[in-house]
Amino acid sequence: MNIFLIAIGGFFGSAARFYLSVKANKRLIGTWTANISGSFLLAVLLVLSEKEITPEWLWGLLGIGFCGSYTTFSTFGNEALQLIISNQYKKALGYILSSLIISIVIVFSVFRLFL
Amino acid sequence: MPRLQKCMNIKLYLAAGTGGMFGAIARYGISVLFGTDHIFPYTTLFINLSGCFLISFLLYHPSLKQKLSPELFAAFSVGVIGAFTTFSTFAVETIQLMNSHMLLAAVYILLSVAGGILFCMLGFKVASRKWNIQ
Repeated sequence: MNIFLIAIGGFFGSAARFYLSVKANKRLIGTWTANISGSFLLAVLLVLSEKEITPEWLWGLLGIGFCGSYTTFSTFGNEALQLIISNQYKKALGYILSSLIISIVIVFSVFRLFL
Repeated sequence: MPRLQKCMNIKLYLAAGTGGMFGAIARYGISVLFGTDHIFPYTTLFINLSGCFLISFLLYHPSLKQKLSPELFAAFSVGVIGAFTTFSTFAVETIQLMNSHMLLAAVYILLSVAGGILFCMLGFKVASRKWNIQ
């Protein structure tokens, strides 16, 4: 796998996530949107790659590079912790569960429909 | 003033992106080193949990943020650590696990989420303890 392509994808993935977090203005929404849309995109890319519709280098650029960097687990965990620390348990649970359930249902649907 | 703000923003985007390059390479490097062809996706788990520790350490450390320029801070927090950890691979691996071992998929979700919050807590604790010693 070409490390150069992964790095380019990583550049744009990170910048795109940063853009979302600046635009969303409110905390949580940026990361939430990035994680769910990125999971959808990765599932689609995986289907295209497994069916050999797209070349392997595109998986490196967009799959490992872009999607991997666009979505993030560290900020997700930290935002959940911040909600827990400030006693916003309901919001924390809502944030965690909605991120998990929506992304998992979307990935499941993409695989079920197209793979 | 708006122009200065715009300049600043572009620099922050470049910083976040550049950090993201290193985060992505590090993630790929570890996945090659550990391998990804296992029954249980512990490579991603390791990456995500260690990233959780690092981000909280960086965010809650009382003096690191002041020592770093806004660009460097964005490069490390949004860029390197943000891109190092990944949610999309976690979601895809969960579904792949569900197809073979339903129970392991549940364990993977639990370890990732509860572990992630725990390691964030740990990063927070370690960062603030260091401050007490100084």
